[in-house]
Amino acid sequence: MNKKLGVYICHCGGNISDYVDVEKVKQAVENEEGVFIAKTTIFACGDANQKEMVDDIKNNNLDGVVVASCSPKLHLLTFRAVTERGNMNKYNYVHVNIREQASWAHSDNKEGATEKAILLVKSAIAKVRLSEPLYPIKISSKKAVAVIGAGVAGMRAAIELSNMGCPVTLIERDHFVGGRVAQWDVLFTTNQTGKELVTNLYNDLINRKNITLLTGAEVISNAGSIGDFKVRIKKTPRYIKEKCNDGHLLKAIQACPIEVPDDFNFNITNRKAIYHNFPSEYPHYPVIDIKNCTRCGECEKICESVDFTQKEEIIEIEVGSILMATGFDSYTPAEGEFGYQKFDTVITLPQFKRIIDLNDKKLTFKGKEVKSIVYIYCVGSRQIDGDNKYCSRYCCTSVIHAAIQTKKKFANIQNYHFTRGIRTYGKQEILYSDSLKSGDIYLQSYEEDPPVVLRENGNTLVKINDILTGGKEISVKADLVVLVTGMIPRKDNKVGALLKLPKGRDNFFNEIHMKLRPVETVIDGITISGACQGPKNIMESVNSALSAATKSFSYVSKGMLALEPIIARIDKNLCTWCGACAEACPFDAISVEKDENKDIAAINNSVCKGCGMCLPVCPVNAINLIAYSDNEIESMIDALAGV
Amino acid sequence: MPGGKANNNPKILVFSTEKISDPAIDMAGLLKLHYPPTVYTISIPCSSGVKPIWIMYAYEKGFDGVFIAADGSDCPYGDSCTEKTGKIIGHTHALMKEMDIEPARLRMAAICSVCSESFVKQMKSFNEYLLKNSNV
Repeated sequence: MNKKLGVYICHCGGNISDYVDVEKVKQAVENEEGVFIAKTTIFACGDANQKEMVDDIKNNNLDGVVVASCSPKLHLLTFRAVTERGNMNKYNYVHVNIREQASWAHSDNKEGATEKAILLVKSAIAKVRLSEPLYPIKISSKKAVAVIGAGVAGMRAAIELSNMGCPVTLIERDHFVGGRVAQWDVLFTTNQTGKELVTNLYNDLINRKNITLLTGAEVISNAGSIGDFKVRIKKTPRYIKEKCNDGHLLKAIQACPIEVPDDFNFNITNRKAIYHNFPSEYPHYPVIDIKNCTRCGECEKICESVDFTQKEEIIEIEVGSILMATGFDSYTPAEGEFGYQKFDTVITLPQFKRIIDLNDKKLTFKGKEVKSIVYIYCVGSRQIDGDNKYCSRYCCTSVIHAAIQTKKKFANIQNYHFTRGIRTYGKQEILYSDSLKSGDIYLQSYEEDPPVVLRENGNTLVKINDILTGGKEISVKADLVVLVTGMIPRKDNKVGALLKLPKGRDNFFNEIHMKLRPVETVIDGITISGACQGPKNIMESVNSALSAATKSFSYVSKGMLALEPIIARIDKNLCTWCGACAEACPFDAISVEKDENKDIAAINNSVCKGCGMCLPVCPVNAINLIAYSDNEIESMIDALAGV
Repeated sequence: MPGGKANNNPKILVFSTEKISDPAIDMAGLLKLHYPPTVYTISIPCSSGVKPIWIMYAYEKGFDGVFIAADGSDCPYGDSCTEKTGKIIGHTHALMKEMDIEPARLRMAAICSVCSESFVKQMKSFNEYLLKNSNV
């Protein structure tokens, strides 16, 4: 209390003062308790006013400042910086929004807008009177980053961190790197194959001394917080020695009697229990799928590199930041959805892309030549009634590209696209144009009247009421029906739950702000990149990976971190430790500790996120959030109520 | 109520969240979607951090209605927010009944960061309700 306050009311060049009588606001607040200076200004954010504020603070030893202007999203940090330049504690600054929430919202009622602005400024004055100087919580930070997921995004992020001199542990759950991109053949726009892209990244990272690649590795626990995450990783063995004889291994693979559906080819082919995804897969040596291996010993007889003595390892690492690049799964249609699993001519887009890659000269599926292909778009995406409301973004481009590649690779192909509108944004429109020029046929329907897949006389037919021809029913005989399935969040997402990463409405990992803080999460020190955050193409994934790498590096580069001091605070006198706060905390930031003769709650300052979820559950009201204490909130209510 | 005085309307206090509903309320202003000027916002980090005593204090000080602009499933602090905010409402309703305050004077709705129209609709409807039931 007893603060000397400066209050600045902005015209915003007329945006505020056209509707709010700013002079009247000034007059109404200038005699409020503690107000030493009250001024109006044409542009509070302008250089001249900022300098004047700094001078006012210094010359008058102000220890609290209020600026009434636009949204704090725009200028809270600007004016906090101004107060710091005036040698004032920036947490004694309160921002009040009289533009979006008064002048513009009530431009139909100038008197009402002015009266509201007066009360809003008074409530900010009431808050700043009670504000206390705060200081960032300083903690040390380990200069190392864990990157989870060695797909294109994870590998590119690891390389970027390595370039910045940061040690990286790159953790991949699969036994091979490359993620989804390793499964794709030729890519738009470069005509590189996915394998080439993966090869380039792998060759770059594998020789770097500050990157440790762990494959077959899964995060099993995490303790600590930003600056000091203690990550435990379970690494399953390959059961193959690193320096092995390739020729013998190939024979061992051939000798293996076990066959299981091959995930890499989306189960359209089988693989052995000793396998690699493709001949030049990285790391180069294969793996034994121990879940399906019967230990028959056939491979051991042929190849001396097989080593069943290898044991599972638990590796513990300490890092200052974690970068998530865990990718996506493809939507699996429900049984019977557009004939999926009902008719053997119906497959998904990822399966189709593997078929194009695996076939040569002639396109065949299940022994039959394929000439007429129907693509049904938006399967599992843009669902009005289903869970996946979102557009998966990449699929229109991906399927059109696949259709073009099919025509290039195989003769006499006719493509029929059953769409819900084409979304080949940006340069990808070139593909749509190429596809049209090549004679592909496009038909369209709405979600409530989708195409129907049926069998008649041994043929697969797809019918649509085509809105491009005025709703005319069109029927196409298809050798193959490709369901254009979108991206969904990883079905096995234990690592997300383990790190307590929040998810959005689409169930992908959620960033703090999609435009302004797109790779940060509310869990300090954990960044997200690539398609684990939502559907993205390769370019977008790499963009976000580079951004996340830079952000993660910023957490560890200085060896020291300054955290926001707005956290929960326990009143030791009131607390009687019932545990309700610890139960309510989604971040495990509250534990019990001894204080003299009783148990009380203790806040872990570097883990608390300042959400306040612990506040309302305390039966004795022993918890306050710094800067949102009962006194501060109630003083604001007093001011707004006009008492 | 174009041209009218602000204090003709019931006073509504909104607890809004900095990351989710504040942007929606700000955007309502940007789009000049008007609502009664007797709607006042206090920003907090998360709607599941509102103390029932704050709500009760607002009634005590003369607010006619309190509205929680909840984070809902968009809450950056986790998916337990909706349930926890719901519990706060339930607990406060019980306190309101004890004090003979009509529970309908407390409302909650999830307001996402682009739900400007929804926010304005909520404010207009709440304002109308409070006007019609000025004796509550």
